[in-house]
Formats: sequence, structure tokens, C-alpha cells
Amino acid sequence: MDAINNEIAIWLYRKMVEIRCFEEATLPYFQKPGHGSHHPCIGNEAIESAIGAVLRTEDYLFSSHRSHGHLLTKGLEPKYMAAELWGKVTGYCHGRGGSMHVTDWSKRVMPSGIVGTNITMATGVGLAIKLQHGTEVALVAFGDGAVNCGAFHEGLNMASAWHLPVIFVCENNGLAVSTHLKDSTSVKRLSERAAAYSMPAWDVDGTDTIASYVALSEAIEYTRKNSSPTFVVASVKRWKGHSSWDKGSYLTEAEIAEISEKDPIPPYRRLLIKEKILSREDVEAIDAEMEKVMVEAIQFAEESPAPALTKDEAVRYAYA
Amino acid sequence: MRTITFAQALVEAQREEMERNEGVFIMGEDVGYSGGTFGATLGLWEKFGPERVRDTPISEAAIMGAAVGAAMAGMHPVVDMQYLEFLPYIDALVNLAAKLHLMSGGQICIPVVLRGPLGAKGGNGAQHSQYFESWFVNTPGLYVAMPSNPYDAKGLLKSAIRGKNPVVFIEDKTIYFTQGDVPEEEYTVPFGQADIKRIGKDVTIVATGITVGRALKAARFLSKEGVEAEVVDPRTLVPLDIETILQSVRKTHHVVVAHQAPKTGGFGAEIVAQIQELEFDELDAPVVRVAGLDVPAPYNVELEKKANVYEEDIIAGVRQVLEGAH
Repeated sequence: MDAINNEIAIWLYRKMVEIRCFEEATLPYFQKPGHGSHHPCIGNEAIESAIGAVLRTEDYLFSSHRSHGHLLTKGLEPKYMAAELWGKVTGYCHGRGGSMHVTDWSKRVMPSGIVGTNITMATGVGLAIKLQHGTEVALVAFGDGAVNCGAFHEGLNMASAWHLPVIFVCENNGLAVSTHLKDSTSVKRLSERAAAYSMPAWDVDGTDTIASYVALSEAIEYTRKNSSPTFVVASVKRWKGHSSWDKGSYLTEAEIAEISEKDPIPPYRRLLIKEKILSREDVEAIDAEMEKVMVEAIQFAEESPAPALTKDEAVRYAYA
Repeated sequence: MRTITFAQALVEAQREEMERNEGVFIMGEDVGYSGGTFGATLGLWEKFGPERVRDTPISEAAIMGAAVGAAMAGMHPVVDMQYLEFLPYIDALVNLAAKLHLMSGGQICIPVVLRGPLGAKGGNGAQHSQYFESWFVNTPGLYVAMPSNPYDAKGLLKSAIRGKNPVVFIEDKTIYFTQGDVPEEEYTVPFGQADIKRIGKDVTIVATGITVGRALKAARFLSKEGVEAEVVDPRTLVPLDIETILQSVRKTHHVVVAHQAPKTGGFGAEIVAQIQELEFDELDAPVVRVAGLDVPAPYNVELEKKANVYEEDIIAGVRQVLEGAH
């Protein structure tokens, strides 16, 4: 706990609970017909809250289909996120983007639903920062499934060869939908791939909030100081199936038992209470607060208007 | 008025836009010291340096993805795709560039120009000799330009670079050394404005890219037989100026649509569909398409020519439409 001050420690807890509550509140709606897909990030709260804590407002964050934790960590509001997931005009993207494409670009966070495309976008932002002589960084979060993608290799090579300020963060849950990492990947430790692109790597337990914060802080400091890329591999457990329509029927009982031991929130809560950073009452108050925020967010989404069902509305925003 | 090549016109457009806006930069394979495979960036590296005229690794997926990211962060990238047939860029072009404006509900613009050569050069083999502009036309969110001469090339490229939409800027592989008159003074050519390259009253020939020049040759030949062809060059496939084409249809009542791309699903099908939807009663005969054959380009140079469209094919098409009166 020496690594961080109380303010950040509390911010991290609040963010983890916010993410957990958002996912648990919204996911059930996507398990019945009428909405699109939802890729819950339950289990990733430690690494994803740490990402938000180390990035500055002017830094860029790219995410994947499993985007909600990254959006919240960068400061998007649950009610406008929910409205977007519900496809309403009050959503950040006026109902045009949906779960995998929610953005408030003024906060410089953008997901992309096609695996690998987020990686090359981040490399490009790094290039822009370099050409503009800026001090920002770009961080891109992706799963272990992305590390076998052509765009991963091209993006990492380009960022390294051109010395671009990009932090590549792999949230490794060992599963690409139903395919296990060990059956598809030529290396056992993903961080080995960093050496192939001449960049330093960190391996961290992505369910350990403090360790995640420390590793990311080191990586981002390195990138900022040297204007060159870094690679962080954070181990997590995918809490549910791949998405709202996938129940993870391919997981063994042993795997499911392993998952349930790696919930990042209880150990962090215990740590904060033990270190007297928060009392049990503080913790319960935060949990209740976030649950209430989500109830109101969903109510806002449900009550918001949908876009008008006209041809003009259907084609709006196709071109700038 | 001076005469310059198509390649020189592209160089001038990029140089002027890079002088005008610091955010404009070029990246692609061999664009720097080499000045591009066809000279489209000649001299720019010397003038603007290696940061703004940037040689890339052979990483077309990253080149295009990075261009999108750079555009999101405020830059105006011009991607020089050595051959548009080098397709790994297509994921970022279609899944990012074409869609981010819509998906973000209008928050994000992607002012990227993807420019490069497409098509047969004679004996380059099937992979290096393609015409798939219709793929981009059928992808909402993309603008598509296909200039046929240096004047249009320069003006359209300047407009493309200044615009807010992602543009696929298609140059025929054999067009770079063709010449044309280009003014010294600054000008732009707007998107969505077709151009009548030759006025005529007997038949409308709608042609794109390299086919425009061949249509003009066909028109000169037909003129000796007393047939005056009007040659309409759409210049941009998206947005398409259908009204200029329809005005010509109302005058001539006979239409030939000509392009190098394979006939099935080619852009010509779109023009024919719109003409018959919007001015069916003005047609005295079914519209004739003169297009490439439905085959990957054979290597043998003469056989490849057979699969493409030349003056003779367009002349035959005109004769067919004039005989096909109903």
C-alpha cells in the first residue's frame, strides 16, 4: 500500500464497484431478445480501474468488444452509456454505436469490435502524438485472442520501429470465445512476444488491484519518458461466458471453480479495511451508491426516446 | 496553361495541401527517397522530410489502421498504397474508416485519403491487375474518386485531402504518364460533380478512369461515321452526380456504360439501374454495358487485353445500342 496514496486507493475501489455494478445491472437485459450483444468485463475490474488511474485526461484509451470497464474508467457516465446500449438518442452515440462502439471522444476513449483494429488505431494515435510533438500516450487494451492477429504484430512492430508512445495491455483470460490459449498460441508466456518487438514487458496478476496499478504506472512512465512502447500482460479470469449469448458450456468444472476464486473485489475491499483506508460502513455506502447509480441509469435508458423511425434518421451520420 | 503528367498533378496537389496544412502527411511503402513507384510523391520527401513523407514497413493493416488513429487525433493522413491490390488494409478501411463517423453518432471524422494504383499494366498477373472499385462504392461511409486526367486528378485530390470523409482515390496503373493541361493557379474539383468530356447528340458514353480516354478515342472514330458521342465522366463514384448523366440521357436516348472492372457487379450496373429507374421513358434502347470479362487477369498480355475494354469494344457497344432501338 506504500505505492499509492489514499485518494487513489479509494478511487480504484469506487471504480471497480462502479464497473461491477454496471455490468451486473445491464447484462440481464441482453440475455433476452431485443438488444444486441453485451460482452461483460466482470473479473477485469482491478486491471481496468488501474488503467483509468494511471492515464491522464489527455491520454488516449482504446478498447475492444469487451469495452464497458474501459469506458467507465476513462470517465464515461453510466446513464449515457446505458442509453447507448439501449440504442436511445440520449446515448453517447445517439443509438448508432451500441455496446462495442460507445464513445465520448472528448474523453479520448474508443472501443472497436473487430479484434486487432484497436491495436493499429492506437499505434496511429501514437504516430499523431509524435508528429504533434505531444506528451500524451495511447493505451490499448485487448484480450489474449488478439495476440495472434496480424494487426497485433504489425501494430507492435510499427510502434517499436517508429518509437511511438503506446502502451499495449493484454488482459489475458486464457480464452478466445471457446478456444483455449494453450491450443492456439505458440508461446506460453505472452509477454515473450514483447522481446520480438524490442519492447519491455510486465507480467502482472490483473486481479490484484495494487499490483496492476504499480505495473501500469511503471509501464506508462517508461513510455512517457522514452516515447517508446511497452507491453503489459495482466492475467485475469473471464467471469462469465464470452458474451450475453454464450454460457461458457465449454468450461470444465475445475475451470469454473478456478474462476470463482479470482474475483478481484473482495480481496481489495479487505485490504482497504485492514489498512484503515475505508471502514466497513464506507465500503457498504460505496456499494449501495453504485447500485443506486445503475438503477437510475437503467431507468434513464428505458425512459429515453429511441431515434425516429424515418429513412432520414436511418441514414444520418453515414457521411460527415 | 501548361501540360503536366498525371503523376506530377498528384505531386502538386499533395505539395500544395501539405504547405497549406501542417496536419497533412503522407505514409506508404517507398514514398520517401524513391518518390513512389509511379512518381506520385516525387520530390516531396526532399521538401518536407522523412517525418511527413514517411516510408512504412510492409504492414498494410497497420498502415491503414494507423492512418485512422492519426486522423482521430487530428492529423490528415494521405496513405499511398503501393498497389491497391495489397489488400490487408481493407479491414481498417471498411471496419474503421468507413464506420467510425456513424458508430460514434457523428463525433468522430476520419479525414483519410487512401490513394494508389489499381488495374492491369500488361502481364503483371492476376493479383496485381484488378479493378474492384465497386467494393468501395458498396461500402457506405466511403467516398470514391476515379480521375481520368491530370486536371481532375489534382483538383479532386486537393478536395479529398481537405474533406472530412475517408476517400478511396483510385488511379489506373497506366495513367501516371498521361498528360493534360493544368492551370498554374490554385483550383479544386468538387466531389459529386460529373464532367462532360465531349459533347454529342447521338449516344451517351459514361466511362470512368482510364476508360474515359478510350471512350474519347472511340468517339473520334465514330464521328467519322457521323455518330456524335457524348462522353460523361462521373469523376467521383461516391458521391455520384446522376443528374448530369440523366441530362445526357434525355438528349441522346442511347447509352453505353464502359469500365475495365469485370461486368458482373461492376459499377456500371449501378449506373444502368439508376438510369432505367429514373428516366426509363427517355431510353430508345436498353443500356449497353461494355466491361471487363469475369475472370482473374490472365498473364498473357494479349489475352489480358481481350479481358479488358478498349476503343474497339466501346465502338461495338455504341453500334449495338444504336441498333437495339425499341
